[in-house]
Formats: sequence, structure tokens, C-alpha cells
Amino acid sequence: MLLTRFMHSDRGGSILLGLLLLAAILVPLLNLAVPESSPLHLPTYTVTLMGKYLCYALLALALDLVWGYCGILSLGHGAFFALGGYAMGMHLMRQVGDRGVYGNPELPDFMVFLNWQELPWYWYGFDMFWFAVLMVLLIPGLLAFVFGWFAFRSRVTGVYLSIMTQALTFALMLAFFRNEMGFGGNNGLTDFKDILGFSLQADSTRIGLFLASVIALAGGYLACRFIVNSKFGRVIVAIRDAETRTRFVGYQVERYKLWLFVFSAVLAGIAGALYVPQVGIINPGEFAPLNSIELAIWVAVGGRGTLYGAAAGALLVNYAKTYLTAAMPEVWLFALGALFVLVTILLPKGIIGLLQRRREGSA
Amino acid sequence: MKSLDHLRETMRRDRVFDFMMPRIAFDPDLDTRHGPILYLEDVTVSFDGFKALNGLTLYIDDGELRCIIGANGAGKTTMMDVITGKTRPDSGSVYFGQRIDLLRRSETDIAQGGIGRKFQKPTVFESHSVYENLELAMASNKDVWPTLFARLSGAERDRIDEVLQTIGLGAESRRPAGLLSHGQKQWLEIGMLLMQNPRVLLVDEPVAGMTGQEAERTAELLTSLAGEHSVVVVEHDMEFVRSIARKVTVLHEGSVLAEGSMTEVQSDTRVIEVYLGE
Amino acid sequence: MARSSAQYFIRYPAGAGTNPWLRLLGLLLLLVTACNPLQAQDFSTAVQTLDTKSFSAKEEAISALVETGGDRTLTVLQAMLEGNLHSRNEDGLVVILDDRGGERRIYDAAQGNDLGTVGARETRKIGINNSLRTALRGAIARLNLGSPDATVRLAAVQAMFSELEPRLKPLLQEALAREEDGKVRDLLTTAIAISDLENDDTALQLEAIEILDDSILPEARNRLAVLAEQADSPRLREAAHQALKNIEFRLQLYALAETIFFGMSLGSVLLLAAIGLAITFGVMGVINMAHGELIMLGAYTTYLVQLAMPNHLEWSMLVAVPAAFLVSGAFGVAIERSVIRFLYGRPLETLLATFGISLILQQLVRSAISAQNVTVANPGWMSGSLEINAVLSITYNRLYIVIFALLVFVALLAILKKTTLGLQVRAVAQNRPMARAMGIRSEWVDAMTFGLGSGIAGVAGVALSQITNVGPNMGQAYIIDSFMVVVFGGVANLWGTLVGAFTLGIANKFLEPYSGAVLAKILILVFIILFIQKRPRGLFPQKGRMAEN
Repeated sequence: MLLTRFMHSDRGGSILLGLLLLAAILVPLLNLAVPESSPLHLPTYTVTLMGKYLCYALLALALDLVWGYCGILSLGHGAFFALGGYAMGMHLMRQVGDRGVYGNPELPDFMVFLNWQELPWYWYGFDMFWFAVLMVLLIPGLLAFVFGWFAFRSRVTGVYLSIMTQALTFALMLAFFRNEMGFGGNNGLTDFKDILGFSLQADSTRIGLFLASVIALAGGYLACRFIVNSKFGRVIVAIRDAETRTRFVGYQVERYKLWLFVFSAVLAGIAGALYVPQVGIINPGEFAPLNSIELAIWVAVGGRGTLYGAAAGALLVNYAKTYLTAAMPEVWLFALGALFVLVTILLPKGIIGLLQRRREGSA
Repeated sequence: MKSLDHLRETMRRDRVFDFMMPRIAFDPDLDTRHGPILYLEDVTVSFDGFKALNGLTLYIDDGELRCIIGANGAGKTTMMDVITGKTRPDSGSVYFGQRIDLLRRSETDIAQGGIGRKFQKPTVFESHSVYENLELAMASNKDVWPTLFARLSGAERDRIDEVLQTIGLGAESRRPAGLLSHGQKQWLEIGMLLMQNPRVLLVDEPVAGMTGQEAERTAELLTSLAGEHSVVVVEHDMEFVRSIARKVTVLHEGSVLAEGSMTEVQSDTRVIEVYLGE
Repeated sequence: MARSSAQYFIRYPAGAGTNPWLRLLGLLLLLVTACNPLQAQDFSTAVQTLDTKSFSAKEEAISALVETGGDRTLTVLQAMLEGNLHSRNEDGLVVILDDRGGERRIYDAAQGNDLGTVGARETRKIGINNSLRTALRGAIARLNLGSPDATVRLAAVQAMFSELEPRLKPLLQEALAREEDGKVRDLLTTAIAISDLENDDTALQLEAIEILDDSILPEARNRLAVLAEQADSPRLREAAHQALKNIEFRLQLYALAETIFFGMSLGSVLLLAAIGLAITFGVMGVINMAHGELIMLGAYTTYLVQLAMPNHLEWSMLVAVPAAFLVSGAFGVAIERSVIRFLYGRPLETLLATFGISLILQQLVRSAISAQNVTVANPGWMSGSLEINAVLSITYNRLYIVIFALLVFVALLAILKKTTLGLQVRAVAQNRPMARAMGIRSEWVDAMTFGLGSGIAGVAGVALSQITNVGPNMGQAYIIDSFMVVVFGGVANLWGTLVGAFTLGIANKFLEPYSGAVLAKILILVFIILFIQKRPRGLFPQKGRMAEN
């Protein structure tokens, strides 16, 4: 089979895909088929939480592709994630129809509240699912294209680029906080009712969204793996290691970076679009620079330049976050801060690197 | 005024519009009927008032092997930077063949168009294997989409194997290039240059860090390349220069001090004064 | 104009209030006090006439009261303006009510004698309306014109502005003749000119317009605007129009000056925040994401210093500056020794690690002090503002911060150019192996450089504590802006940081009126992204082959 040949020699990836397959079978069974009284029953809350983690994993994958393989540390990937989320949120908002608090069939509640008379032009079309999906791909991609075109063309690299991307997401956060933007300001978009006609409160819809996240992560992983295994993948690693040299060998470095950056942004957008219906809200806080930089640490913890490591790191750190913020909220920032410091100094290749070293040591 | 000049330049009737010029592979149409393949005329580059190149005029003939010598700071590396598009000169013109203005081309275009360069400090792609390094350097369609779906053809594999033999790294082909010795890296870089199959090779200090025997093999290789390719060698090692040189150019303070055969140059009083005579 | 108080006296019964009997009683009382000297009696009578229902009668009574020139006129009029002038129900005596301190104590308005406390229903307020209020203010102002205190006189002239008319000119001229204070004289001249505007004499009006030509007072502008619209003579309209144009121009000029000052004030904050970063980033190539938190530590040091010396607030700044430098500097050295030195040559990792440190420092402050903002007091000499003219005033704290930022800049420049440490820092920045070969302890230099940059962040925190809220998150607000300044100005060039900070600060303030603060910020970010297209190395780039690598 093509897949088995493709995954040959990618042990970590095989394990990741295997686990995803297992989750895709077990989670719906344990949630829907096992009665609630049984100790084996998986509460819907947990399913949603897992779905959320999978979206984070997809986002981490997107960052690992640009950072781990091409050396572009984007501190603005949270912006692409949030934009994808907003595009999906706008669709869900339109789907609410006249079931909002004010019962206006055309305008979302917050617009009625702000005394807006008609729908702003950029909200047109979002009542159609296919249009929203198109925008989920297009808007983050377009932003990445415009930003990347300017940044890469003027050879902004390294920390400069990181700071610029951080400024980008910061600017977007400020913009989305404004009520005049027409995206719900401070509160963002929330109180969604259903997606494609299925109620978002129903267990079966939650399972459906979970499965969609599994498929997106698996598909995203395979796409990234295809890219890094191709000659294109070797070119971007060459750019990471010796950019000038790559240019003198005859590759148009800017185009490669731009292509990769846009692809990665689109992946992040997809992750955001899957995230929003599961958590039920999207607000400007998602643009916060802290989110994007936290994302970098997921990738670093897992081990960058491995893809599956990024996904593993995202799951691990977020599980720790859920646990710690509930159990000892004051400790979480200390722990996160320490994680940043320790991983960069002691584990430059992340947990995957540590495991590999251990295996090599014992073999 | 500048834009007016630019407009005038654009509207010249004896030249095709820049945007209509073929972007890659301008190699086949290269017009070298008058002899030289590279024209550098009156090129000046200054860094903060210091003139790295000062009205440099230099012609490299098609198929020639040229050695360029000069003290530190004579402008040898800057000259290569100008030819390959890394540094833009303040004034002067640089043409590849008779029609292609190199000052308007990006580094990538120049590299794809047939000017290959080996750097002073060997830079190879350290996390790639030797084989992959050669594959990346290989002359091919280097646009994004073709690269994404590229597969090595049989002929291309043969070509890589051939170059591996030439540079004597056949046994190392699967090793990461970062683990090679300094001399091996030099060879790998020359191999990458061969894979690009350029019309002009700019070689900056090829034998630094090589043993005498390795240097000898390099000299052989470079001599054999001349004819089909034009080869420009910048080197400090006078022994090496003497062993390969047919024509030598001496640079001093950013312009040409003397030009001719090794013996001619060595007997030039000015050269002796500033360079050899110390 | 002058009328005798007798007139009022005769008219008095005609304007009688609700209770003629009581008023009669009041009259009797006045007669009883007839043994007082004549003037005092006149004064008492005049005060008593204030208690009438008709507002026009009250207005005339006010003028009459001023004419008497009694010592207590000002007190009575002020009490009336403040609504504290009452009439006692039992005898109609006009009294001043003082209800501060919980009880209603009354004083005889004319004499000032304490008449004890009364209930709420025992007195009736003598009501005033808007036109009466204006008349009262004018009367008080006229009285104040004779005050020995120049600031009182100045305020008095200002208070008269809204009711200037030709009738008042003699009064003003008289005051001008007596006046010796320059500022009051200027204002009086303007006031006379304004009152001349409504004169019927065109020549006088033209003269007035000429005088008002360089006035920026809103009243002058309003009157001129009316004149420009309504004057009969076209010449007058033209002159008024021209004067208005000149005034508009001058006002715009002052508005410009104010915007520039606000911009410089923001710029100096940016400079303070960015200059430490310019050292660590520019000289050492280290991205320190915890820089904002070092600023925060400086601000908290100020807070702690003030807590430690609550009785010497005036001096707290002098202590806080070195203290903050040492605290933040020590943290900086600790960060460099414990984390950054393992990460030289790996800028992206340094960025992440220092970001982790910033999180730890924030949480540390939250846990150790409070998650809430803390209050840092402004010492007396930093509050208030410097009034340059009627439309332009500069707050002292912002002014001092501009000066302070420049001082820090000069000091830093001196350290880098004139001291051994500076020489070593520059040597290490340019060529580390060579500097080491020359016997410079590069590790020590690294730690000191980082400490210096961090210490300056602490000093910036002291300055910021005077103009913004001090809280655990305050550092984050500055980190992106500071990087923008450094990127814009060009790395490794302190002058670039200076120019960059002021340019961005001023640009921000110029954009704000058109686009709002948030959008101005966004526009600046977009501008910088576009700017580094053209000049990737900032305004003042390093040149040469070295910069290529």
C-alpha cells in the first residue's frame, strides 16, 4: 500500500496515526454506546476537551513545519488560528438566525445591541457553509501571503521576523477588540446554536466534531510529512541551515518560504475553525501574543523538526495546563515559565530528542 | 532624474524589455561573439567611505581559466559579491555575455543563469547527506511546485554518481555533510558547483585547508574544467596559482594593478612593490 | 450710571415680598441701628435691599451694594452667588448661612455677627437666576480688581470676560492705570479691546481688532467671529475676518506645539523603555523578552521605596532611581549568568527562554505583592502643570520625564564612549575572539552589559511609575513598542534609538486625532513593516561587509 510505504521509517508518525485511529474508534464507543452509569463511560466534556487538544496539536504541527524545518519562528501563528476561528464563528453566528436574544433574523445579537441597522458587507456570504470553509482557508492564507511577501522579500529573518509576527498578532488583537470592527469586540462571537443543522449541544455532534479533528490532524500530518520528505522539504531545510548558500545554488528562497508560510497559516486556520464550534466561543484574546508564544513552547517541548513531536508536545503541555490551572492556578505561570527556560537550555531537541538519545544509548 | 534615466534605459530600442527576457536558462542565448563572457566596467563599491572596489574594469573570456591575486582588502571577494548579485555597486556596469545586465538580476537568477560560486568558507548543507547536497545543487527546474513533486530520473542519478566519483566522496554519500572534514567539504562544494553545470565558475580559495595532494587534484580538476567552462580562481597560495595559471590578474586597492602571465606579473615592478616584494 | 442708594430705599416697599409685616419689622430694625455711623447704615440698608422678589430689582441692589464700598461687600456677594444668602423668617434680616459642619449657623450679613443656629424652615434662600449669577460674578470681579494680590486680580479680569461691554471700559481703564503686574496689564488691555469691540465708533473698533489680533483667548475669538458676521461696515468685517484668521493660525500653531510635546513625552517613554533593549539587543545580539518585566521591577522598586519612607515623598524619587537601577540590574545579571550565557548564538531560543523568565517574574510579583495595580504617589514637585499661555500648558511629570530620558541617554552614551567598560563592550560586540585575545574577560563584560541594559530598564520603570498604572502586567505593554523602536532606529546605534523613539512617539500622537489611539498604533506597526522593506537595517544601519553576515 502507498500509505505503508510512505510511512516506512517514520516510527513516531506511525505511532501518532495509530493512536489517532484508536481514538477515532474508542471515543465514540465509550461516549455513545457505553451507558453513563458505567465507569468506562467517557463524559462528553472529556470528548470536547480531547477535540480541543487535537486542534492545538494541528496548530503545533503548522508551526513545526515553518520553525522546525525552515527556521522561521513565527510568533503570530495564533493570529492565523484565530482568523480561521473567526471565519467559522461568523458562520455559526449567522446560523443562529432569529433564535438570538433579540430575535433579529438578519443581525447577530451584538450588532442589534450596538444599534447597527444592517449587516456589514464583509459578513455577506457567511450564512453559507461552503463560503465559510473557503474563508477559513483563504483569510489566514491571504494574510500570511501579504505579510510573508513583504517580510521575506526584504529578507527579514530570525528574531526580527519573530518580533514582526508578534507585532502582527498584537495589532490584530487591538483591532478585534474594537466594537467598530464588527466582530463582537471584547466579547467576540458566542452563543452558537448549531452546525450544518446539528445542535452543538448534542453528544453526537460533539463526537462528529471530535472525529473531524482526528481526520484533520491525521490529514495535516500526512500532508506535512509529504512536504518534508519531498525535494521541497530538503530545500527548506537547506534554507534553514544556510540561506545564502541556497540562494546561490539557484533556489528562490523567498518563494519557498512564502509558500511554506502560507500553507502553514492555512493549517493553523483549519485548526482554529475546528476549535471554535467545540469550545463555543471565539474572542480577541485568541490573538494575544502570549498564546502564540506558548504555542512555540509546545513545539519545543515535543521536539521540533519531527512533526509528531510537535503534536505530542501540544497534547502534553495542554494536559498539564488543564490540570495545573484547575489544581494550583498560581503555580501554572511559574511552571510554564520554567518550562520555557528548561526546555531551551536542557532539551534543545525536546522530549523526542531525549527518547531518541536514550534509545541510541541503550542500543 | 533617476526615474527619467531609468525610463530612458527601459525604452532603449536596441534591447528587449527586461520583463520579456527569459528568466531562467539564459545560458543558451549567451552572446559571447566578441570573446569575453563577463564584462566588469568601471565598478565602484564603497562601504562607509572605504572604497572596496575603485573603478575596477575586468574582462573574463569564454572558456578561460583566470587567477586573481591580491593582498587582503584588495577587493577580490567584493568583486565576486558584485558578479553574483550579493552586493550592488555604487556605479559601473556588469554584463554577462553582451546582453544580460547582471546588476538587474537577483542572486537566484544569476545562479540559475549559469554563474556558480564557491565561497571562501566552505558552506554546505550540514544536516543533509552528501548525496542530497549534490541533488539540491543539480541544474533542474528550481521553482516551488516542480520541486515539491520532483523525482530523480535515472540520468540524474547517474550524473550524481559521476560527480561523487569525481570528487572522491563515493563512500561518504550517505553521511551528513556536517560530519565531513574541512577538505572534504571543499570538495563537496566543488562537486555542487559541477552539479549546477554553470558557464562561469567563481572559486574563492579552493585549496585552503587541503593537503598538498588534495590541492594537486583540485588543480587538475579546475584545469580540466576550463575550456568548456570559464573558471575564475581567487587564491592566496602562490604555489597553487603558479601550477594552474595561464593568465593572472593582480588587484590592488580595488582596481587592476597588472594582468598577464605569471612570469610577466612577477616581473612587474609595481606588483613587486606592493605585493610580492615585501 | 451712579445712582443713590436712596432711590432703592424708596422703591423698596413697592417690591415687597410675601410677608410685608416682616419686612416692616426689618425696616424698624434698620431704624433701631441708626446709631451706627452713616456709611455702615447705608451698607446695611443696601444689603437688606437684596431681599426682594424681582430679579431686576436684585440686580440693581447688587450695583448699589458695590457703590457703597463696604468691607463686607465681597463676602455678601460671594455668599449670594453660592446660594448661602438667606433671609430670616422671623424678622426678614438678611443673613449668611453656614451649614458646613452639620449645623445651620447664621451670621448677620451686614455685620458678620454670629446669630446662632437655626432650623431648616426658619430661613428662606434669596434666589438668583442665570443673569443675576453673571451680574454677581462681574461685581465680584470688579471688587477683586482692587485686591492687593496679583493672582486674584488676574482671576478677576478673567471672570469678567463673558460680560465685557463698553460700559465697563472706564472701570478697566482705571484698573489698568493702577496696575503694575505685567500679566494682569496684558489681560486688561485685551479686556479693554474686547469691550471696545461693541462700541459704535468704527475707528475704535478697528483699533481693538488690531490689539486682539494676537490674542488667543476664546472670548476674543467669539466676539470677533460675531463681528465678522454681523458688523455693518465692510471694512470692519474684513478686519475682523483677517484677525480671526491670524488667531486661528496661532491656535493651530499652539495645537501643533502641544501635539509635538505629547509626542515627545510618549517618545521619551519609548526611549527609556527601548534604550536598555538597544544595549542588550544591539550590542550583544540578545533578545530579552523579559525587558518589560525589568521595567516593571523598577516601578515596583519605586513603590517599595515610597512605602519605606512615607514621610519623605519629595525625596523618594532620588532614592528610587539608583535603587531601581540596582534591583533590575541585579536581576539582569542573574538572568544572564543563569540562562542567557548558555544560549549565545541561538537567538530564537534566547527569545523563548527570556519569555519564560518574564512569565516567572510576573507571577513572582503577583504572589509576593499583589495581582492588583499598586498606587505610586507623585511627589509635589512633579504634579501640577506649567502654563505657557491660555491654551498651552504642560504637565510637570511629563516635562520631567522628557528631561530625564535625555539625561539617561546622555549618561549611557558617556558610559559607552568614555569608560573602560564601554570600550570593552564595544570591543566584544565587534569581535569576540579578538577581544578575548586582548585579555578582555568577555564573560564579565557580557554580564555587565546585560546588567547595564537591565538597570536602565529599572530606571525607566521609575519614570513610568509616575505616569501609568503600576501592575504585574505593565511590562508587556512596552516590549513590542520597544522592539519596534530598536528595529526602526537601527540595531547597535543609540542615536538611532533616540531618533526612532521620538519619531514613533510624535507620529503616534499626530495620527491619534484622526484615527483613534488603537488604530494609530496599528498604523504605526504597518508603517514599520513597510519601512523595513526599504531599509531592513533601520534608520541608521551598520554598513560594510561586517553587516552582511
